[in-house]
Amino acid sequence: MDHSEPAAVRPQVALFVTCTVDSVAPQVGMATVRLLEACGAEVVLPRAQTCCGQPAVNSGAPEAAAVLARHFVEVFEPFETIVSPSGSCVAMVRHWYPRLLSGRWRTRAEAVAERTHELTDYLVNVARRTDLDAVIAGGPLAVHDSCHGLRVLGLGNAARDLLGTAGAEIVEMADPEACCGFGGTFALKHTEVSSAMADAKLRDAAATGAACLVGGDAGCLVHLEGRQRRCGIGPPVRHIAEVLAEALP
Amino acid sequence: MTLAARAPAALADEHLQQALGRITDRYRLVRARAREAPDTVDRKQRAGEIRREILADLDGWIDQVTASLELVGAVVHRCATAAEAADAVVAIARSEGSRLAVKSKSMATEEIHLNAALEAIGVEVIEGDLGEYIVQIAGERPSHIITPAIHKTLGQVADLFSPLAGRVLPVEREALCAFARDHLRTKFLNADLGITGANFVAADTGTIVLVTNEGNGRMATTVPRVQVSVVPIDKIVPRLADLGVILPLLTEHATNQSITAYLSMTTGPRRPGEIDGPEVLHVVLLDGHRRDLVGTPYEEMLACIRCGACLNACPVYGKVGGHAYDSVYPGPMGSVLTPLLSGGTEGRDLPFASSLCGACTEICPVGIPLADLLVRLRADLRAPGPVVPLRTARTPLGPASTGSGTGASIDSFEPARPPAAGFPWPGADVPLRRSPWFRSIGWRIWAGVWCRPQLYRATLALGRLVTWRRRGWCRRLPGAGGWTATRDLPSLAIPGFRRRWADREHGP
Repeated sequence: MDHSEPAAVRPQVALFVTCTVDSVAPQVGMATVRLLEACGAEVVLPRAQTCCGQPAVNSGAPEAAAVLARHFVEVFEPFETIVSPSGSCVAMVRHWYPRLLSGRWRTRAEAVAERTHELTDYLVNVARRTDLDAVIAGGPLAVHDSCHGLRVLGLGNAARDLLGTAGAEIVEMADPEACCGFGGTFALKHTEVSSAMADAKLRDAAATGAACLVGGDAGCLVHLEGRQRRCGIGPPVRHIAEVLAEALP
Repeated sequence: MTLAARAPAALADEHLQQALGRITDRYRLVRARAREAPDTVDRKQRAGEIRREILADLDGWIDQVTASLELVGAVVHRCATAAEAADAVVAIARSEGSRLAVKSKSMATEEIHLNAALEAIGVEVIEGDLGEYIVQIAGERPSHIITPAIHKTLGQVADLFSPLAGRVLPVEREALCAFARDHLRTKFLNADLGITGANFVAADTGTIVLVTNEGNGRMATTVPRVQVSVVPIDKIVPRLADLGVILPLLTEHATNQSITAYLSMTTGPRRPGEIDGPEVLHVVLLDGHRRDLVGTPYEEMLACIRCGACLNACPVYGKVGGHAYDSVYPGPMGSVLTPLLSGGTEGRDLPFASSLCGACTEICPVGIPLADLLVRLRADLRAPGPVVPLRTARTPLGPASTGSGTGASIDSFEPARPPAAGFPWPGADVPLRRSPWFRSIGWRIWAGVWCRPQLYRATLALGRLVTWRRRGWCRRLPGAGGWTATRDLPSLAIPGFRRRWADREHGP
């Protein structure tokens, strides 16, 4: 850590790690920390954080989701900037929290939601560090636009800009925006359809000849990799935070 | 039987999978077109505003359209339920002595199961749209609201048509179309009853508007002596001029066309001196639980223009096809509408048959937040019975109240002021339906545990223990069959994120 800089110029970022990364993809969380520090942020981990509550709202239990929404607001309210390596969890905070909560809680949730950013959005649009001095080696990459980041948050080209600036060759799938079939509890309730959607995504990636399929949501990636281990289709699947962090100087 | 139960058969159907590829191709073209056009956002906004104009006073608009239709000489039948609407058409066919009815493509008549009702009184019913005709011969229902036979391959169509032709027809598009054209043309020319739906009905002029690509709409509205149009009340647009905005959006999103090959407008029956058109025009206005939606979060669905773009965009529809929904309206719009229009008796599993990817919301030309409505429905469907309070005890859609709207002239229709801002989110402040205490009790317990950081961490520790012997990935795990039936499940990582973070902060 560089202690020579005055604290004022090191923006503090609270890491919202998400329960998925916390439990099954810790390397994505660590990569996120490295990226945030690489662009000059001081990363703090609010220890009381748990889950955004999305599985409950998607399962028709919004009051249960609201319990976790209120918890999230309390935990993250003290922080000026909140960053998460998951478009879906950030979409939960930004899109659903103000709709799940009412009165004073809604006002507080809206304030927190405004300060909550998906990782690539933070890097490109808040920190304005599309160029991380990272150098990506290896073959071409295919980018999967995870749905909630794409359509709810409107992340646009942030991921491609970051990867491209780091020197990666990006090969486009026939439909990079097609859903991978995860959909949270959808993956459990509609197992066969969900897996068929994963197969389509993996075949699409395989057809590009990409060395790696890069995504921005651990949920999608765990689903795709889990399916890949059965059907054997497509290139390795990785989170964009890992790909970028490995390429840091 | 649920969509989840029907899905495996659909996924294994090679013909269907081959046919569904065409849907996805069309979606990508439509999406590209919408994105490339510089004015798409403005046009969608304006169309959405026009479509929502009738919501503030739906009953008033129904009276208005009734008055305008009657002014131009149509006989209007206002029907509260699907059964009433079917009965009304049957009564018309009886009194007119109809023997052969030809139809233009109509989902409203599917909704009221009209063909069966007419056939029951001995009327021969022929679908005039090629896709509908194929589906009719196959004894099926449409699998798509725009392209009813999209689930059929060319070879399957040849197999269906050959027995009718009395010879083996080649598996060629032109030959099959030629057979259908000859066959249907004869029927059209001999039909004494023309049955249509309506893409829209204009409240200012009483004009029924149909778009088709094969001319079945024009045939059904010009040749038969009697015409019956079944018009759901959400087809009302305030002004005929509104179609300048709405029709191109419809055809662009439905079939990637700037305009369809045929645009048929019927304003009243044939007048003296006119050479074609029906002598008698009946309009059956259908409520079918649509009025129940007004004032609820689901009134957004009344803006739907039935373009079918959300079906094409939906990755679930694209994998299982329309029949897996087992409803008149499939895909995202059908998953919202079916439980609502059936009064909660059908399709209660459909709102869950979505990965909530939002492609439907994005493509919708009138800005209906379909994915959000699906989420809201999941909660509202926890309680048994109808999703929204039904109007049975309230004013039924009976005869128009006297005097209202009658004699209106086109001049009295000022363009409406645009709504304040954007598209509202459906019902953020409308309370959910009260559900039994035991529903989603599991989620409430889960939330109660996971809102306590120590218990949350304890759960993860337990998870690590359970998946301990399966470091890396689990092929099977008791209780996780929904996942592991087709996928490996990741073991909970050791060391977990918190440990790695702590080690990094303080050194291992």
